[in-house]
Amino acid sequence: MYQYDELDQAVVDQRVAEFRDQTRRHLAGELSEEEFRPLRLRNGLYIQRHAPMLRIAIPYGLLSSAQLHTLAHVARRYDRGFGHFTTRQNLQLNWPHLEDVPEILAELATAQMHAIQTSGNCIRNVTADHLAGVAQDEVDDPRPYCEIIRQWSSVLPEFTYLPRKFKIAVTGSPADRAASEVHDVGLHMVRDAQGEIGFTVLVGGGLGRMPIIGQVIRQFLPVADLLSYLESILRVYNRQGRRDNIHKARIKVLVKALGIDRFRELVEAEWNENRAHAVRLPAAEVDRVRAFFRPRPYEILADIATPAGDDPRFQAWRRYNTHAHKVSGYRAVFVSLKAHGSIPGDMTSDQMDAVAELAGRFSFGLVRVTHTQNLVLADVRQRDLKELWGELDRLNLAMPNIGTLTDMIACPGLDFCSLANAGTLDVAKQIQQRFDDLDYLYDLGEIEIKISGCMNACGHHHVGHIGILGVDKHGEEWYQITLGGSATGFTALGEVIGPSVRKNEVASTIERIVEVYREVRADGERFVDTVHRLGIKPFKEQAYAPHPAAA
Amino acid sequence: MRHILRRRELTADAWHYLGEDALGSEAVIVPLAELRANPARFAARGGRLGVRLAPVDRVEDLAGDLPRLALVACEFPSPGEGRGYSQGRLLRERFRFTGELRAVGAGVKQDLVFHLARCGFDALELAPGEDSQAAITAWGRYDVAYQPGDARVKPRLQRFFAA
Repeated sequence: MYQYDELDQAVVDQRVAEFRDQTRRHLAGELSEEEFRPLRLRNGLYIQRHAPMLRIAIPYGLLSSAQLHTLAHVARRYDRGFGHFTTRQNLQLNWPHLEDVPEILAELATAQMHAIQTSGNCIRNVTADHLAGVAQDEVDDPRPYCEIIRQWSSVLPEFTYLPRKFKIAVTGSPADRAASEVHDVGLHMVRDAQGEIGFTVLVGGGLGRMPIIGQVIRQFLPVADLLSYLESILRVYNRQGRRDNIHKARIKVLVKALGIDRFRELVEAEWNENRAHAVRLPAAEVDRVRAFFRPRPYEILADIATPAGDDPRFQAWRRYNTHAHKVSGYRAVFVSLKAHGSIPGDMTSDQMDAVAELAGRFSFGLVRVTHTQNLVLADVRQRDLKELWGELDRLNLAMPNIGTLTDMIACPGLDFCSLANAGTLDVAKQIQQRFDDLDYLYDLGEIEIKISGCMNACGHHHVGHIGILGVDKHGEEWYQITLGGSATGFTALGEVIGPSVRKNEVASTIERIVEVYREVRADGERFVDTVHRLGIKPFKEQAYAPHPAAA
Repeated sequence: MRHILRRRELTADAWHYLGEDALGSEAVIVPLAELRANPARFAARGGRLGVRLAPVDRVEDLAGDLPRLALVACEFPSPGEGRGYSQGRLLRERFRFTGELRAVGAGVKQDLVFHLARCGFDALELAPGEDSQAAITAWGRYDVAYQPGDARVKPRLQRFFAA
């Protein structure tokens, strides 16, 4: 993975010194809360329901074992011994003390980590496919380009005070495991007719109050033009994006208002005008960064089939929690943070330390965070799988449910977040309890449930095969259900099935919905494909069927 | 007496904004809208002329006037208002403006000094109550930068450069 040079280290060190001074001035009464707020947000610090929340950047979801140990350490020393991995591949600490945050950031800086721009109206942590570099279907590894964007966008003077936040995702694979089409900018790696690598650029996607799928602004952007083109998009947005209404300030609103064709004209005109002054991305710099992401020193191994008589629990785990690798003899292993009875995405410091060690033993000392709130050890020899499974099982990190209905995404919801309208964690627990039978889960196959506690949609509910949105009705928590959303493979926004349901009825409603699927599905058809084939009507009819007891 | 922070030195402001007993002054700063509404009023007068841009103003509209302007002031009415950074870069880079580029408004605070300087602002009219000594120190808060920017603040290390 990328290693900081003197410049990278100086940027994070000087940022820590700056924030230490800002925090000191705030605590001394020299900076009011109103003045401090935009500064602390740009360093990842929110003031939440119970305490400050610190969002630590994990650029494109990649961590070394040493970095995961550092996260375990700060969660233990400055928080309550656990952290929460988010849909943007970051880690959130829910209980740090404000006065400790400069010291936390200083500790992170010693491990080449930071919390720069994980919040605020600026360019956020760039995200990528969690199988980057090992997926069989990949055009090219997106991570060098993510790192280049990370550097260019960090402490970026012109665009630190944008109309609203700005999220970029890069995918190297047509399967798009990074939800790139619901980002402010999505970059798809492609090859042109000459075989040159470049990007298809999408703009104006997003979730939140106005869910919308990004549109193509440029079919093919050469690598050398990556930063200058992003600069042009951002300059048009910075100058013309709305600043009068926070709910209309994202770039998607500007793109929609102008139309993609007019927006494209503006960006291309700006880009052409700017050629003489645009930021350059020399091939030598691309090569320098790419060198950090060369394939690991893999052994030459053959694929190994698991003996038919092997432990059925291991076989289930191997089937659901490991993924094909482009190198024979290896698999990518999912570390499930979705054990039934646990909070999706939560991990204790002890678990982090243990996984960091396992990564050192089994996967070249590297760990990835997925936007679905699990971890991945991407380069595990197949002959080591059983041993690794045993270790993960002891840590309660081997729940064989990846890709199934209980591999849910959930934002922290009302329990932690001051924006939330409703709880998400106890809804997740309710679903885990109702769907605790693995054979039933396996029969249902691939189903993505995504839960958000408010319309800001941190839980990506719009693109869940089943989306659950918490709403407040006269002080009570209710839940609106959508069907047919998707962000992986193809992008679609879910359709609301009807009135929201009470909290204690969420899991039973979902059960009635998936029972319809079991009756009407074609052979081998996934839930989301059945919904798209039949529409939501048959599901909607059964979802609200009266309880037998009430009839 | 108003003071302006110019390249790390606090100096008395020789300029007047229109309305501050200004037409008789040697150096006057006029809002773009006023310049457009009464061009003759400013064409005939001697002395130095400056223009004040609101965040919503387009620097392209000022391009033809730049040769006769000694100063452009961009407004930062709040810390969250970021359009002035683009105005600054465009004036310096695309329109080659070499006169004084001034940041003015309640958003001109020590924590933004580095950003402003890298976008080409060489004169800061600090927000009321802002500690000028701290703002001078803030000018050197970063001595490294990833991005290209105005050479008046030259980083010790820089990753990306302009064409």
